[in-house]
Formats: sequence, structure tokens, C-alpha cells
Amino acid sequence: MNRKALIPLGIFAVLVVFLAIGLTRDPHEIPSPFIGKPAPAFTAPQLQTPEQTFSGKDMLGKVWILNTWASWCVACRQEHPILMEFAKTKTIPVIGLDYKDQNTEGLKWLARYGDPYDLSITDQDGRIGIDFGVYGVPESFLIDKMGIIRYKQIGPVTEEALRDKILPMVRELQK
Amino acid sequence: MKYWLALILALQCAFSSFAGEAIPLAEDPVVEQRMIAISEELRCLVCQNESLAGSRADLAMDLRRELRTLVKANKSDAEIMEYMVSRYGDFVRYRPPVKPLTWMLWFGPFLLLIGALFFLVRMVRRQQTGSAAPVLDADQRKKAQSLLKDTELPS
Amino acid sequence: MIPEIGHFSLILALFVALALGTLGVIGGQQGRADWMALARPGAQALWFLASLSFVCLTYAFFTNDFSVSYVAQHSNSKLPDIYRIAGVWGGHEGSLLLWLVMLCSWMMAISLFSRQLPDVMVSRVLAVMSLVAVGFLLFMLITSNPFLRLSEIPPDGRDLNPLLQDPGLVFHPPMLYMGYVGMAVPFAFSIAALLNGRLDAAWARWTRPWATAAWICLTIGIAMGSWWAYYELGWGGWWFWDPVENASFLPWLVGTALMHSLAVTEKRGLFRSWTIMLSIIGFSLSLLGTFLVRSGVLTSVHAFATDPKRGVFILLFLSAVVGGSLTLFAMRSGKVRAGGAFTVVSRETFLLINNVLLTTAAAAVLLGTLYPLIVDALNLGKLSVGPPYFNSVFAPIMLPVLFFMVVGSYARWKNDSVAELSKKLRPVAIVSVLLGCAAPLLAGAWSWLVALSLTLVFWIVLSSLQQIYRQLKDSPNWKAIPISYWGMQVAHIGIAVCVVGITMVKGYETEKDVRMAIGDTVEVAGYTFKLTGISEVPGPNYNADRGIVELIKNGKVLRTLQPEKRTYFSSTMPMTETAIDSNLVRDVYVALGERLTDGTSPAWAMRVYHKPFVTWIWGGCLLMALGGAMAALDRRYRRKAMASKAVSQGVPA
Repeated sequence: MNRKALIPLGIFAVLVVFLAIGLTRDPHEIPSPFIGKPAPAFTAPQLQTPEQTFSGKDMLGKVWILNTWASWCVACRQEHPILMEFAKTKTIPVIGLDYKDQNTEGLKWLARYGDPYDLSITDQDGRIGIDFGVYGVPESFLIDKMGIIRYKQIGPVTEEALRDKILPMVRELQK
Repeated sequence: MKYWLALILALQCAFSSFAGEAIPLAEDPVVEQRMIAISEELRCLVCQNESLAGSRADLAMDLRRELRTLVKANKSDAEIMEYMVSRYGDFVRYRPPVKPLTWMLWFGPFLLLIGALFFLVRMVRRQQTGSAAPVLDADQRKKAQSLLKDTELPS
Repeated sequence: MIPEIGHFSLILALFVALALGTLGVIGGQQGRADWMALARPGAQALWFLASLSFVCLTYAFFTNDFSVSYVAQHSNSKLPDIYRIAGVWGGHEGSLLLWLVMLCSWMMAISLFSRQLPDVMVSRVLAVMSLVAVGFLLFMLITSNPFLRLSEIPPDGRDLNPLLQDPGLVFHPPMLYMGYVGMAVPFAFSIAALLNGRLDAAWARWTRPWATAAWICLTIGIAMGSWWAYYELGWGGWWFWDPVENASFLPWLVGTALMHSLAVTEKRGLFRSWTIMLSIIGFSLSLLGTFLVRSGVLTSVHAFATDPKRGVFILLFLSAVVGGSLTLFAMRSGKVRAGGAFTVVSRETFLLINNVLLTTAAAAVLLGTLYPLIVDALNLGKLSVGPPYFNSVFAPIMLPVLFFMVVGSYARWKNDSVAELSKKLRPVAIVSVLLGCAAPLLAGAWSWLVALSLTLVFWIVLSSLQQIYRQLKDSPNWKAIPISYWGMQVAHIGIAVCVVGITMVKGYETEKDVRMAIGDTVEVAGYTFKLTGISEVPGPNYNADRGIVELIKNGKVLRTLQPEKRTYFSSTMPMTETAIDSNLVRDVYVALGERLTDGTSPAWAMRVYHKPFVTWIWGGCLLMALGGAMAALDRRYRRKAMASKAVSQGVPA
């Protein structure tokens, strides 16, 4: 057999390996460049009490989750029961970011489906979302005591993600 | 007096029937041009394979709005790109950056081309020295001629 | 009942294809004439079964049979008739059935138009294609059955994606698939030759028209896709380097190289390994494209609803087909080495240079398409490769192709000299440079890239005209000149026409994005557009806002354009229907945007474009296809196998 003639086969084999690995990846998931970096600073009016504001630095010293949601977001309803259950355990504070929504609609949504958040802030023009690199709703950020983002959940929070990734990390960070 | 009134009325009618020249959607065409040029180098994250410049998605419109603000604040192209990359990662670049990770991407095709041409030259030169044209005897020549007569050989 | 018949047809087809495949290959190896004789009728039976299945699915669509899951997902009772038929290939399962029907159609064509081929070759070729059909049939029956029934019948279907409800859907996919799948034909011929152990000029003569035919379909299919995107999407683009577009472009590039490589093999018996490699690579790229579109590994506007499970199957199939053929190639390549020689300056060299350039261009496009996947698979992060990369890399590789194309057509076979060639080329070269550099000035603004491109365009056209003139002077009886010669000239001029379109649009198009109220005007490139009215127009399954825009030049109203913004009942995304006025030298293009709620009077966002010579892009592609057709219909391909024993002996190794 001619050695050189095996080269195309060799290249093809390498290609197949890459394609096979590619099948296990999701091309739509864009990892956050913020992991390990400080969360962007923000100050925003609260949903329930708009005259009062809330900022990221109010949470320094605590491990917490920032969860983006909206009344128009269908996938948010998927993760909502899981968040409600999680909020009942009172493990860590969960702050909601009502992204590109009308205040009245947001309040109606929470009244209808339940409010798992310690409080929610509003981001009507989406600027806070952009600062956090949000490109789809829902997205959630796990932030540590020093205000560093440790984990980003792209899409709804699932039971597996909560159990296998988020909770272990929370335990680590709270030590 | 009546004459002046009539004139003013006539002029008013003339002006109100003058149809407007359409206003560009952008407030400031210079800012807009720069913003479009930068957003053509950025990817729309929610769409499939579109640039930020052309996309009609909500997030794209928001991001273009932010870029417009940055352009108006006289930020440089590099600073604006940094703004986007620090929030969304390298993925948001439509044109992949030239760094060690992408050397293979940018230089690969040209290296491949040079390599291929090199082999080509070597192969063409080598087959010169290899075979000489075969010499036919009378019988073979006759057979070749009869075969050639039957086959057309266009370009 | 009908869907079940369709399903059963596919199962029968699987057995027929299996039989045809195995008996054909073994029969060929053992010289069993009775098994080989099954090839032609077997292929015809396969075609019948595949078409029957297709007709059943179409019937289900046309009669709104929503108990069939696929119909419920892609159709709707309010969908216009024509789209109920075209919608059959609007989704994954149905398009696979189309793939299969196309494959069987090519097999049918071979069974009918192969009287001049030796039976053993026909049997092997059809056997290889049957085995490919087996793969697709298994894929459909196991993972993507178009005939699955729903236990609960929905009252109405989900509707066909509004973007697909366009005449483009009727023509583009079938044409494209004909080309895509057609690459299986030269592939099968190559495998047959490797199995046979013999490869000669006669083989090349048999393969060449089929390779050309597949290439023609691919050319037209891609051109249609580009044109459809241009008028449908509303922002005037015609090529996006989208992964799925690249997936169809790659076989085209390799197919072009293959056609020319076959020319050398036919004429001089050279480049045999190269030709076989190109046929295998061409079809492999078709299969790779099928994988990329349906497995979910890449993001694309064209991707079907993706499912990694299906991806696994296609990957296994791809590995088997390509891996098998490359292994066979490695084993037999020693036997297909070339005889004969050529000097450094000869037609062979220039054809080889251009083939290398075409293949490198294809490799570059493949690299750019797969790079994000490779980087992600190596856990090195997420990267995206967009049009800026492809444009920067593709053009520098392709421009030399245009140059060498002409040099090669003047060069003599086997042996030519630099001095003689230069003498022949010099007049055309000088005039081309002069005209090419002057032309941009006429168009308005001068630019290096436009001047270079137009120089190459004149280079191609003037040299073709000069060659035709010389040819007619030598032999005035033009009927005696083989039609394939005219085909070559027409196809090469077609490329020049296409390049003109691309260059002029990229260099000189203008657009304006404006806010228009009733009565407003906007001016672009000497044309004035006046919005005179907007009305609400209901459609069969949508509601539309239709604008009335007058196109005015030099104070005269040329015509009225009617752009629309449609909201389909089944989707929330509004769709733009652009209004275009085309003539030979430019398109003016109007797209209606959103209704603007600011300001006192109602106004709309409008995008207005002037695109010089844009239709030449697709016109050039049609010319290329015409040239190809002329070349494929040359009489020498239809002559019977004469003195077949002598010819098919082949060149001794």
C-alpha cells in the first residue's frame, strides 16, 4: 500500500473525531467572559417600590444569585417552579432582574406565578443586561461574597444544574 | 391690503403642498456611518449568522443604540470593540482576531497553497526525468493510427 | 392508508437497494453476467418505489392529512396549494425523501442513457449508488420517518415557515439536491474504476458528462438560492458565507476542479489519481454538508430542527462511505498511476495550478466553517468566523484562477514555450489592463480591487473572443467545431459576467435608510422614490401592509413598486416582501420597515437600494450552466463503445 495515499484517510479520521466531539457541544451556548471577574456595578429602581433603588454593592459579603426574567419570556415559566422551591429553602438570596419589561406586566406576572425573589429590580432599556453580557432570557449569575461572578447559567435553571453545579459551588463559596 | 392678504394666502398654499424630502432614520449620518462600520464587524448573538449591523432583533437594536452612544462620546474603534468583547467574549467578533489560537485559521490556507504549489512544481519537474515517450514498432503504429481515426480528440 | 403505502414503499426500496448493491458489487468481482444484468431494471424499480413514496407524502400534504406528524408540523389548511406541494421538502424528513428521490433519479438516468458503457461498469456504478441509497433509507426508517402518525390529530397544522412560502421553495431545493446528490455519480464511477483496477481515458470519457451534469445542477441550485435570499430577506445581500451555503459551495468548487481534471484524463490519460481523489472528495463534501445541516453542530439560518441522535447516524454513515472509499483508494492507488509526461509550460500545468487553487479555496472555506467547532471541541473557547474572514481569504485565492484560466486555454497540450505563449497573450493582456483600469472611472470612483477584477474580466472575455475569431478563421465551417468547444467559451464568459456583477455591486452599490411619510421622497443614484400610499391588504394566511412607491427618473414615473410587510397568522415575526425593479444594468430595491410611532403624521421606515449589475451575478451562473450543458451534450459522449475490447484494456500500469 502506498503510504502517501493514506494521508487523506488520516485527515478524514481526525475530522470525524472533531465532528463527533462537536455533537456533544451546543454551538448556541456562549460562555460568559465574566467568570472569575467582578460583576459589573449597577444601580436600579426596585420593581415593587420604584422610588427605592438597589445596587450590586448592597450584596457584598453575601453569596447570591441574580436571575434575569421577564413577563414576555416563555422559557422563564419553565424554571420558575424550580426557583420557587429553591427560594423556600432560604439557602442564599435570589435577586430578580426584570429585563426589558413593563412594570405593570412584571408585577402581574409575579402575582400570577409567585415571587421567589428577595426583591426584583427593573431594567427597562436593557442596559444592565448588556453590561452583564445577557443575550437571552432567562440567564442567572452566581456571585460570591467579594462580588465576583463564579457561574453563569444560560437558559432556564434546571434541576440538574441546581443540584450538580450551583449548590456545590454555593457550599464552597460560603465557607 | 386685500392684495397682500391674497398673496400671503397663495404662498401658504404653495408651501403646504410641497412634499417633504424623507428624513434619514439616523439622527446623525456621520455617527451612524461609523456605528454601522463597527457593527458590521460584530455578530448578532441571537440571530443565526448575521452581523450586528443588519439584524432586526431586539438585542441587536439595543446594542446598536449603545454603540451609537459610544461613538458620540468619541470612543475609538478599539475601545468600542473592547466594550463588546469584555461583555460577550471573542465570539461576538465577526472577523476572528489574529492571535495564536487563530493563526491556523488565518495563515492555514496560504500555507496550504504554498505547500501545494511546491509539491506541484516538484511533481511536474520529476515526471520530466522519469518517462521517455514510448517507441512503437510498425505493427503498434498501425494499430494506433486505426484507433486514432475512430476517436475524436477535441480540446 | 396512503401514508402507510408510502412507508411500505420505503421498506421495499431498502431491500431492493440492498440486493442491487450487494449483487452488483459481488457480481462485478466474480464476473457474473446474470447478477450484473439486474442493475438496470433494479435501478428502475428503486426509482419507482422512491417516487411512489414521495407521491404518497405529497398526497398527505395536499389533502391536509394532519394525522401524519410531518404534515402537521409543516403545513396548514390555509396554506396555498403550491406551497402544500413544495412544503413536502420544507422540513428534515421530507427533504431526506427528496434526497432519496434525486439519487434514484440519477440512477434511473444512468440506467437509460448508458448504452455505450460496458455492462460491468454500469452494474458497479449502480451498485455503489444503491449502497448509498441503503444508508439514506436506513436513516429515514430508523430516525426520520416522514410517515409517522400522531395519536391525537390536531385540528390544524403548524404552518410552513413564512420565509419558505415563496416560489423559491418550489425550485431551489430540488435543483440544489439534484446537483448535491449528482456528485454521487462521478463518485460511483471512481469507486467502480478502483474496484475494476483499471482506469483509462475511456473511463474519463464516460464519467465526464455525468460530472458536468451534476455540476450544472449545482450551479443553478446555488444561484437560485442566492437570488432567493436577495429578494426575500430584505437587506439586499446575496451571499452570507453561512455554514449551509458553504456546504453547497464546497462540492461546487471541487466539482469544477473535477470537471477540468477529467478533461486532462480524457485527453492525455493523466491526473488519474487526482481525478479519483476529487470525485471522492466531492461526494464526501456533499455528505458532510448533509451532516452539518442536520446534526446541530453549527448555527445556521438553514439548519433543520436539529437532533444529535440523527447527527450520530449521519456521522457513522459518512465515516463508512468516505472511510471506505479512501481506504480503497489507498489500496488501489498504486495501480492507477499515470503514464505520459508534460513540460513545465503546458496546458496540463495550468489546469493543475487552477485545480490546486480551487481545492485550496475549498479547503479554506471548509476550515473557516469548521474552525469554531474545532476550537470548541478542544475546549479552547468559543469563536465565531464570519463573512469578513471568508471574503479576505477567498478572493486572493480565486483571482489567480481567473488569470490562469485564460493562459491555460491558449497553452498547447504537453509542451509549449513561454515565448510563444507570451506572444499570443500580449495583445489581449495590454488591452485588458487598459480597459480594466479605465472602466472604474466611468462608473464613478476608482478602486484597486475594482480595476483588478475588471481587468481579469476583460482578460477572459477578450481572449475568448480572440480565440473564437481565430478558430473560425482556421475552419470557417462552424458546424464542424465540436459543441463542447463552444460550451467551454460560453462557460468561461459566464464566469466573467458573474465577476462583473460581484465587482460592481460590491464597489458601487448605494443604500438609504429613511423615515417616510405619505408624500415624502428620497433620492438614490439619480432615482427618486415617492411614497404615495399605504394600505392594509389581507392574504390567504397573512395580513399585509402594502406601500405604493413611485419610481421616478428625470421627472417621469417609470413604474409603481409595492413593497409589503406581512404578518402571518402562524408566526409573530413580520416578513418583508421587497419590491424590485430590474433591468439589464441595475436593480432598484425597496423594503418596507416598521411603522414609526414618533412624530405627528404616520410614517414608515424604508430601505432603498441601488445595485448596479447585480443580476449579472446570476446571469453569469446561468451562462456557466449553459456552457456546461453544451459541453456535456457533445456527440463523442453518445457514441457507442466501439472496439470495446481494445479500448477498455486500459494503459498498462
